Amino acid sequence: MNIINKEVVIIGGGPAGLAAAVELYKKGIQDILIIERENTLGGILRQCIHDGFGLTRFKETLSGPEYAQRFIDEVEKLNIQYITDTTVLSVTKDKKITAASKNGLIIWQAKAVILTMGCRERTRGALGIPGERPTGVFTAGMAQSYINLHNTMIGKNVIILGSGDIGMIMARRMTLEGANVKAVFEILPYPSGLPRNIEQCLNDYGIPLYLSHTITNIHGSSRLTGVTVSEVDEHLKIIPGTEKEYECDTLILSVGLIPENELSLSAGVILDIRTKGAIVDENYQTSVPGVFAAGNVLHVHDLVDFVSLEAENLADSVAAYLEDGNLLACGIKINTSGEINHTVPQYVSGTKEFKLSLRVNKPLRNCVIAITQNGSEINSIKLKKAIPAEMIQIPINHKLLQSDKDLEVCVKC
Amino acid sequence: MKQIYDVLIIGAGVVGSAVAREMARYKLKIGVLEKNHDVCFETSGRNSGVIHGGFAYEIGTLKAECCVEGNLEFDQVAKELDVPFKRTGKVLVGNTDADYKSLQNTIAIGKINGSVGLEILDKEHLHELVPTVIGEFAMFSPTSGIVEPFHYTIALAENAKMNGVDFYLNHEVVGIHREEDGTYTITTTQGNFSTRWVVNCAGLGCVKISDMLGIPGYHIGGTKGNYIILDKKLGPLLPMPVYPVPSSTYMGIHVTPTIEGNVIIGPDADRVDSFTDYSVAQENMDFLAESASTLWPQIHKSDYIRNYCGIQPTWLDGNGVIKDFIIEAREEAPHTINLVCIESPGLTSALPIARRAVRLLSERETLQPNKNFNPNRKGMVRFSEQSDEEKVRLIAENPDYGEVICRCETVTKAEIMQAVHNLLGVDTIVGIKYRTRSMMGRCQGGYCQMRVAEIIQEELGKKVTDVLYARTGSNMFTGKVRE
Repeated sequence: MNIINKEVVIIGGGPAGLAAAVELYKKGIQDILIIERENTLGGILRQCIHDGFGLTRFKETLSGPEYAQRFIDEVEKLNIQYITDTTVLSVTKDKKITAASKNGLIIWQAKAVILTMGCRERTRGALGIPGERPTGVFTAGMAQSYINLHNTMIGKNVIILGSGDIGMIMARRMTLEGANVKAVFEILPYPSGLPRNIEQCLNDYGIPLYLSHTITNIHGSSRLTGVTVSEVDEHLKIIPGTEKEYECDTLILSVGLIPENELSLSAGVILDIRTKGAIVDENYQTSVPGVFAAGNVLHVHDLVDFVSLEAENLADSVAAYLEDGNLLACGIKINTSGEINHTVPQYVSGTKEFKLSLRVNKPLRNCVIAITQNGSEINSIKLKKAIPAEMIQIPINHKLLQSDKDLEVCVKC
Repeated sequence: MKQIYDVLIIGAGVVGSAVAREMARYKLKIGVLEKNHDVCFETSGRNSGVIHGGFAYEIGTLKAECCVEGNLEFDQVAKELDVPFKRTGKVLVGNTDADYKSLQNTIAIGKINGSVGLEILDKEHLHELVPTVIGEFAMFSPTSGIVEPFHYTIALAENAKMNGVDFYLNHEVVGIHREEDGTYTITTTQGNFSTRWVVNCAGLGCVKISDMLGIPGYHIGGTKGNYIILDKKLGPLLPMPVYPVPSSTYMGIHVTPTIEGNVIIGPDADRVDSFTDYSVAQENMDFLAESASTLWPQIHKSDYIRNYCGIQPTWLDGNGVIKDFIIEAREEAPHTINLVCIESPGLTSALPIARRAVRLLSERETLQPNKNFNPNRKGMVRFSEQSDEEKVRLIAENPDYGEVICRCETVTKAEIMQAVHNLLGVDTIVGIKYRTRSMMGRCQGGYCQMRVAEIIQEELGKKVTDVLYARTGSNMFTGKVRE
C-alpha cells in the first residue's frame, strides 16, 4: 500500500486540532493534514448551539458552531489540507497513521503527530449506578447530539444527575423544547459546573439543584419510569432512610469526561492516571518523541478558549521540533499534593517560560497556590475563590528554576 | 390464514434455536414462537459465555452427558455456524487442603463423566498459564472454552431460518388447546397457530408452558447472577476463565475473558421469585468486585464498562440439591416434548439436548431426512478483525466498510447495515448491538447510538417514535424536535 508522507498529521478536527493547524501554518509549516471522522470540521462544538464561547479569546460571546467557524474559515483561507469522513484506526510509535474512509485505507508517515481527539463521557456503566436498565438513560452529550444534530426528542420528564456544564446546558435546552426538567442532583457538596451555567441554565428556569444527593436506583423494565434519589454524607456515603422517589421518563447523566486516548495508547504514549491524558512536557510533547497532545484529549478544559490557546502553544513547539529534529529534554518533574490533583505539563526543562494548568480538587476561599523548588518559592498566586470547575493557569519564569530539582505545587490557606 | 405446523417450538433461547436447527434436518414444517423481540433474550444471553468441560456435574446425569458431548463437538459446531470460539482451557484455583481434596474429587468425577485432560497444576504451572492469579494450585480443564452466547444463539437461529424454519418474534404464548383431532392450537399475543407437535423450550417460562400442555407439578425458582464487564485493556491479562473451588450447588464467582477481549466478573447466585427483574443492586456489585479480587487482583472501578444479570430456572429438591435437566415426552400430553429446568450448562448442552428432543420425536413417528439441509452458515465479515490488505479489498467492494460508526469497537456501516437487515427481522437497537458489538464498548454508544438509530429509521422506514431499545414499550424517543 502507498504511504503518503506528511510533515504534520493532526488527528481530530475539533477546536484543538484546528487551532494547532492554523498556528503551525503561520509558523511556516505548510505540509499539514487534519484528519476528521465526521463529515465536517468543528468537533463537539458543532452540537454546542448555546452561546458563551469566545469571551476570553474574541471578547464576544459566540455559539459553538460560530466559534468553530472562525477557525474553519482560517483553515479554508490558508488552504490547509484536511480530510473528513475518515477514522484513524491506529497510530504507531514511529508516527505511521492508518485510517479508513469510503475511499479505502490510507496510511500516512508523519514527522510529527498531534493528538487532538477530545474526550468522551463517563457512562452509567462506568459509574456502576444500580437498578434496572430501561431505555431513557442518556449521557448529556448524547442528549445534546440527539436534539441539536439529529432533530430527535428524547423525553418529556427529565431528571439530571451531575452538575457538569453539559448537563446544566441540557436542562435549559430541554426546558426550551417543552420538557419538564424536575431537578439536578449532584453527589458532591458543591457544583461541578461553572457558576454562570448554574445561574443561566438552572436558576433562570427555576430548576432546583440538590447538592450531596445521588441516584441509588433506576426503575423501569422497558422505558424509564423513575429514579430513587438519596442523600450522601461528607464521605459521599449514602445516608439510609433519605430515599426519595422521582417519576421521570428520562435521566441525563453529566458525570464527567474522560480524555479519549485509545489511539495515544496504540502509539505507546504513557498516560497520567490522574488526568487520563498523556504525560507531557512544556512543549506538549508526550512520552513518544514527535507525538504531541493538546485540548481535551490531554486534560479536560472548562473553556474552549483555553483549548485553542493550548493548541497554539503546542504548535510553536511542533515547529521547533521539526526545525531541530528534537526538543530539549525535560527533566524537572512537577509534583502535586493536597488540594491540587494534577498539573499540565507534568515535566519541564527549566529553559523556557511556561504556563502551569491545574485545578483544585475542592472549593477553596482565600488561598495561595504556591510553586516551590527545593524549599524556595518560584511563584505563587492569591485567589479569593478557587473552584474545581475552573481551570487555573499560573505562568512560571524559568530563570528562577534549578535544572535538577522537582517542582512542588501546593495550596497554602 | 391459519398456520399449520408439524412442530412449533416455544422459546428462542439457545435451546429453542438449537432444537429448531436440529429438527430442520428432517422434512418438517417448523415454527418458533418467541415472546421477546429477539432470540437469546433471557437466560441464554445473560451468562458467563463459557463452554464447560463437564466435570462439575453428578455422574450419570443429563447435565454431565450433554455437557461433555456438547463440549467435544464445539469446534466443529463453531466452524459450521461461523461463530468465534476459543478453547482457552480453564482453571479452578485452590489454596487449602480441603480445596485440594475437593479438586481431586472433581477430577475423579470429571473423568467418569468423560471430561478430557483434567489435571492438578502446582503453583508454578498455574502461574505459567495465568500469571496474574492468586492461588496455591489449581485444577486445569484444557477443553473448557469461551463463546459469545449472542453470536452462538443467533447463528443457530439463522441456520434454522435458512433451512426453512419460521421465527415469530414478539409472539408470547398465552394459551395452548388440544383439539379433538389431536392437533394443538396455540394462542399468542399476535394470533393463533396450529401444530401437530409442541416443544417446550421456554426456559424461565418452562413451568407455565408445561402447565398449559397438561403436565403440572413442576416448580422452579430463579437463580439470579450479577456480572460486571471490564474494559478490553484487561483482556490480555486473563488468558482463560479463573474459577474458585466450587461447592455442590454453585460454581462460585469467577473471572472470565470474553471472546471479544473484555473481562467479566461474576456471577453471584441469589434465589429470586421474579423472572423479569433484571436490576443489579449496589451490594451485589460491591460483593462481586470484592470476591473476584481474591482470585484476580486486577479489578478497579475505573475499568467498569457495564453490569448485567441473568436469571436461570433452577429446580431444587427438598434438600436444596439442584435437579437434572428434564427432556421428556409424556403420555398424558401426547405430541409434546417438554424441556424443563434447562439451566447451566445449557449453553454447552444446547445441541445435545436438541438431538435428544429429536430422538423423542423420531421414536414416535418416522422422520424423513431433509436432503436440502445445510448445516453451514456464514456470519458477517467484521472489519476490525481483518488484515490491512483485506480491509482494502472490503472497502473497494463495499465502501460502507470504510465508514466507522462505532469508534470503540471499530464497527463499520457495512456491518450495521447487515445487522439491520438481519435474517430474523430483528429491528431493535439491542438487536444491532448483539449482532455487531456497536454500543458495547467503553463509551457505551455515546458516539454511535444516534447513528445506529438513524440507520434503523432510514433502512426500515420506521418513525422516530417507533424505534425500540429492546422490549415492547422501550421506545427510545418521544418525537422530532421540529417537524
